[in-house]
Amino acid sequence: MYIDRRDFFKLTGIGTAMFVLGQGTSVFGADEKMGRKDFMFVQFSDTHWGFNDHKINPDFAGTLKKSIEAVNSMRSQPDFVMFTGDLTHTTEDPKERRKRLTEFRDLIKTLKVKNIKVMPGEHDAALDNAEAYKEIFGETHYTFQHKGVNFIVLDNVSEPGSSIGDGQVQWLAAELKNLDHDSRVIVFTHRPLFDLYPQWDWFTRDGSKAIELFMPFKNLTVLYGHIHQEHHYFTGHIPHHAAKGMMFPLPAPGSVPKKAPVAWNPSQPYKGLGYRRLDAKAKKAELEVTEYSVQGV
Amino acid sequence: MKSQRCFFALIVFFVMSALIFTVTSSFAEQPEQVIKITAKKFEYTPNEIRVKKGVPVVLELTSSDRLHGFNCPELGIRSDINPGKIARVRFTPPRSGTFVFFCDIFCGEGHEDMSGKIIVEK
Repeated sequence: MYIDRRDFFKLTGIGTAMFVLGQGTSVFGADEKMGRKDFMFVQFSDTHWGFNDHKINPDFAGTLKKSIEAVNSMRSQPDFVMFTGDLTHTTEDPKERRKRLTEFRDLIKTLKVKNIKVMPGEHDAALDNAEAYKEIFGETHYTFQHKGVNFIVLDNVSEPGSSIGDGQVQWLAAELKNLDHDSRVIVFTHRPLFDLYPQWDWFTRDGSKAIELFMPFKNLTVLYGHIHQEHHYFTGHIPHHAAKGMMFPLPAPGSVPKKAPVAWNPSQPYKGLGYRRLDAKAKKAELEVTEYSVQGV
Repeated sequence: MKSQRCFFALIVFFVMSALIFTVTSSFAEQPEQVIKITAKKFEYTPNEIRVKKGVPVVLELTSSDRLHGFNCPELGIRSDINPGKIARVRFTPPRSGTFVFFCDIFCGEGHEDMSGKIIVEK
């Protein structure tokens, strides 16, 4: 099935939105050979554990817990849960940073699903080049396979200046060399790899190097966070999809003179906060995505 | 034929001389504007600078605490600012308007507030 970009959003429901992500290149017939099976996973982003401004989110300690409970109550549990960075809110105190990262690790252990993947955002890793993050969670970039889909986790936050870095670009090139161009690939990053809105630091300095490496792949999707809102964009045939945050929303790119968290609206609590469910089907190249608001389940 | 060539060469000489004179005199009329900016967590001082369209500018950037960045994407300017060093950035504003600059090296909790603007006047 080909999904035209004009028909990209297929929004349904209230509180949740379901649509299809992908560039529409199907590879029917190759599913069994590639070991493809249907599965579902959940993406959380920008949980900012340790943030404590009541005006921005009076339920700063409860928002993530509510969402974990909501995921735990899903009738069919996800195969895994991915957290795309800014797990914690930044602090300049190394002890406090470790405390927040440890609390976060213990909190996400309350998820029923035990296959949990994490990656850093600049709030977790930029001040100490991911030293504390690595102590608690391990490597900041890695790959894994799941039911015929290749996942690549790219770190574009640990280096000063929020870049991928030449070493990791070489690693990425070597990883991609092992894959057939028809392979299904999902890349997780924290920051946008393309120049979404550089005036607000919404870009990756050397992101174009990664995108260039992605171009030969017909079925590659990038999922990221950082901007605390849904955003959908194509670089050529490569789709890039930003997820909502879990602590505070940010304004649409360039919509206000200065980027700042959107204040809590008591009449619409949790507005703009949420997570997403992604269904990967063996017979379809596109991901089916359902967006959930924090109270929307 | 020879006199025609001489005449043509003379004209080329005068035109080139006039061009060189115009370009050098315009540079001479517009010396670089030097602006000092100090960065520290989480602000620039000054955080608003005024320059003129077409007049060359040198920004002298220093940091009083840690590594910061200076990035003004719309004017194509960026530099690291290391403590103890002066980072000099030269540019000539091509158009008038207001252009945001910000720190692009994550520097702590107030990092996202660390920004300023370059106002380019006609």
